[in-house]
Amino acid sequence: MRNLWIFISKFSNFFLFILFFCLSVILIIRNNGFQRASALNSSNAFIGNVYQKIDNFTQYLNLKQTNRFLSEENAYLRSQLKTSQYNDLVEQDSVLDTLGHTQYTYIVARIISNSIHQKNNYLTINRGSNQGIEKGMGVISSHGIVGIVLNVSPHFATIQSLLHADTRISASLANSNAYGSLVWGTENYNSQMAVLRDIPNHIKVKPGEDVVTSGFSLFPPGISVGKVTKTGKSGDSFLDIEIKLNNDFNTIQYVYVIKDKFAAEKQKLEGDSVINE
Amino acid sequence: MSRVLLFNIIRFIVLITMQVFLFKNMGYYNLATPFPYVLFLLMLPLGIPKWLLFLISFFTGLTVDVFYDTLGVNAAACVALAAIRTTFISITIQLENHETFATPSISEMSFRWFFIYNLVLVFVHHFVLFLLEAFTFNNLHYTLIRVILSCIFTILLILLFSLLFYRKSRR
Repeated sequence: MRNLWIFISKFSNFFLFILFFCLSVILIIRNNGFQRASALNSSNAFIGNVYQKIDNFTQYLNLKQTNRFLSEENAYLRSQLKTSQYNDLVEQDSVLDTLGHTQYTYIVARIISNSIHQKNNYLTINRGSNQGIEKGMGVISSHGIVGIVLNVSPHFATIQSLLHADTRISASLANSNAYGSLVWGTENYNSQMAVLRDIPNHIKVKPGEDVVTSGFSLFPPGISVGKVTKTGKSGDSFLDIEIKLNNDFNTIQYVYVIKDKFAAEKQKLEGDSVINE
Repeated sequence: MSRVLLFNIIRFIVLITMQVFLFKNMGYYNLATPFPYVLFLLMLPLGIPKWLLFLISFFTGLTVDVFYDTLGVNAAACVALAAIRTTFISITIQLENHETFATPSISEMSFRWFFIYNLVLVFVHHFVLFLLEAFTFNNLHYTLIRVILSCIFTILLILLFSLLFYRKSRR
């Protein structure tokens, strides 16, 4: 005990220093917010590190569940995307003109499904009967004819493409006004080409000549369809004219559905005259 | 004896008052903040008992802390200063009995001795003070810059005070 006292008094400087310094540090940590917080934090940093290491291992066990949650969340988020919503707003462009009354109005639609590689090709657009689309309306794009509305549901419509074995559209040559029917052709697999049938033999056709709609069918007259590339005889009295279409069916995105004000009237009249015959 | 006590009490009151009301508002941004109140601790009698020295240092620091709202920081720094002070004096001076109440000042000691004494003790005080205030070893270079600049400030002030009250040496 005596030795201990001698030891302590010999190094009293050191012991006193330790004593008072510890006292001060206790005061600091107990009474100063910042030091208290950082003292707790530095002890927490160690514990946090340990937890993180353990978590690194345990998270593998939950991967399956986590993946499921993530894919569910993805599906939910995907449904929130702009592209998966549909737009009810219908843009119908018509000109207000008191002198010339508008016969044709146009409904903008976006193609949501398209095909060009089948023998009979169809397109689907994102407009339907709710937006005023009816069976049998003509459909064009900014470059030419696309097809004819085939079926209509409340929100969608299918279009029988020009690239379809049964599609026939009345078209005429721009220079001579001779008209025939525009078809894709039964043995044609090129989405860029079409054939103009039933042009009489005596008509002079030059390659490069414009082909436009005649106005006899669903389409307004004068819509450019394509250009003549080759002429040839298809029998005794008619020419088969090959046409390069202006439309690129591969890249087409937006179309206009043509609403003809007098379509029903015309159809009724023509139907009556057929019956009368 | 009673004269020494009286002088120390006056020194304490004056220095703490100046520290708290004057030097607290001085500084070069917060890079250099002077703490010349340590002059009181520097000028305690040479032969003061260790326990008393530590006790006085602790409470001096605590008094300043109360005004600075940093309870314990200055106290710890002063305690560190006290520890180094004892060591420094025991290394540099052979104490004789009649010198027990001698004050370590420029008048009593040489200027060179006082300057080094001042330098070492103020540096230790400031080093502990700013490190505890920062309470982290991050940005250590910033803390060290604060220590060094504040040291220069404090040392200059302390030398100024000492020279103001300089009297011809009795030695």
